[in-house]
Amino acid sequence: MLEARDITLSFGRHRVLDGVSLSLRPGEVLGLAGPSGCGKSTLARVLALLLRPSSGTVSVDGTVVKGWRHRAPQRTAIGLIFQQPRLAVDPRFTLLDVIAEPLRAARRPLDRAHELAEELGLTPELFGRRPHEVSDGQLQRACVARALVLEPRYLICDEMTTMLDASTQAHLVGRIEAYRERTGAGVLAVSHDAELLHRWSDGNVRDWNPAPAPARNADPAPAS
Amino acid sequence: MKLRVDGLSVRFHLPGADVHAVTDARFELREGRCLALVGESGCGKSVMAHALLGLLPGNATVTGHARLDDLPGGGSLDLVTAPEKVLARQVRGRLIGLVPQSPAAHLTPVRTARSQIAETLRELGRTGESADTLAERAGLSPRDLDRYPHQLSGGMAQRVANALALAGDPPLILADEPTTGLDRPLVDATMAELRRLCDEGRAVLVITHDLRAAERVADEIAVMYASRIVELSPAEPFFSGPRHPYARGLLDALPSRRFVPIPGQPPELTRLPDGCAFLPRCSSATSACERQPPLHAGPAVNGQVVNGQFVEGQFVEGQFVEGQPVVGGQPALDGQAAGNGQTSMSRKVACHHA
Ligand code: SF4
Repeated sequence: MLEARDITLSFGRHRVLDGVSLSLRPGEVLGLAGPSGCGKSTLARVLALLLRPSSGTVSVDGTVVKGWRHRAPQRTAIGLIFQQPRLAVDPRFTLLDVIAEPLRAARRPLDRAHELAEELGLTPELFGRRPHEVSDGQLQRACVARALVLEPRYLICDEMTTMLDASTQAHLVGRIEAYRERTGAGVLAVSHDAELLHRWSDGNVRDWNPAPAPARNADPAPAS
Repeated sequence: MKLRVDGLSVRFHLPGADVHAVTDARFELREGRCLALVGESGCGKSVMAHALLGLLPGNATVTGHARLDDLPGGGSLDLVTAPEKVLARQVRGRLIGLVPQSPAAHLTPVRTARSQIAETLRELGRTGESADTLAERAGLSPRDLDRYPHQLSGGMAQRVANALALAGDPPLILADEPTTGLDRPLVDATMAELRRLCDEGRAVLVITHDLRAAERVADEIAVMYASRIVELSPAEPFFSGPRHPYARGLLDALPSRRFVPIPGQPPELTRLPDGCAFLPRCSSATSACERQPPLHAGPAVNGQVVNGQFVEGQFVEGQFVEGQPVVGGQPALDGQAAGNGQTSMSRKVACHHA
């Protein structure tokens, strides 16, 4: 289980998360719906161990996270896919480099990068292209492959398909579903698009309505 | 005023390759109507917008015509051949107002909405109009104008951007991916604003990858695939029964429908095939498809709009009969009433088997 408990996080004087809890079980698709600016993307980054909360704990399969970012030994257990692929990749990398990067960092064989690129519908002629030479949809396919390449136990998709056309959206969701079924990974799908989330998660959606008290509505635990 | 795009093509010349960004586009748009140009990223739809505004880079070649006819002062103008001076002084802002992609990003952070609108009015020489009146036309209250961009909600920033687009009172509004990155309520609000501009009598061209946004605003839909318009149809029958296999696939991919993708990927715009560009992905393909299918008018579709939905059928002795095919008959103008509540529409599809 990937679990966040009582997470509070402030940027300067602005409190973005206020006592939020959420848990994601292996094998489950959980939708997290809410308008933009409600803090759900921030929570996604905390769950991906990229942002250290001001207070509260995150645990991965029972182990409480102590270090964040590159100091988190559990970070490879969690994959994160962002809304804007262009902001999420190094512009000097080729698409294949983008996908293979986590394998290199983990000193694992690189063959898996090829396979995944093809599973995501990227053709060999695209492998050597750089981000500015491909469309948003093609780049996002590479980002999904990168997120899956180390076989994470949990996958967080933050507005993954907002910029994309309906067919590419259905394709990427289909690939992630196939991965989940094969590996039993848990998937957290974050989006403002409730229709997408309901379809994807078969109705397992948490509505996050920030006003007036975001922490209350976001907290599944009964009020204590 | 009327926009008449006729045989418009755009090529980009790169070292070693030509990008066929727009090929032989044809459509018309008149005042009070909204056309949504839909397609996936990289299909050429944004290039079309830039071509209409004369904002293409130097390595582009544009052929064909994009005429603005029946201009407010009379006369007409071809946007393809008009010199940059004319485009800058008469077209951009005055005849065509651009609603940009992320409105908040286009506002200067250190100046209030009022000062930005006032400046645009000054630039366009519209001294008679006040920022307040213009703001009201865009659905803002004068109080909102004293805010800085960071104090505006996404919806208000959108309205300020609309106010800027309206400053020159242009008869044609061009919105290029106006909903990118917005959440659903804001998408709906943005589309409602564009619809209002259209109902006021402006022509509105919306370029978007978001079919649901297009459905909320458009009278007509043009679907673009691999640089070509492959289906041009009134909106209601399009959403209830798209004809082109690509358009069918796109609608089927929506989460509210079958949620299945179209197999494969679009071709590269540098290497388009001679025949139908959708062939490798199409389940209806035959050997005929190795020839390029022209965008041809299908038979006129007659019917009636019931609760916003177009229902095919016709009037027989004053009674509306659903599903009755049309025998002969000339189609009236696209989507226009042909008398006794009947609407006649003509749809165009570029497919050998649609
Ligand atoms: S012409 Fe029509 S049927 Fe033939 S490949 Fe193209 S879309 Fe399919």
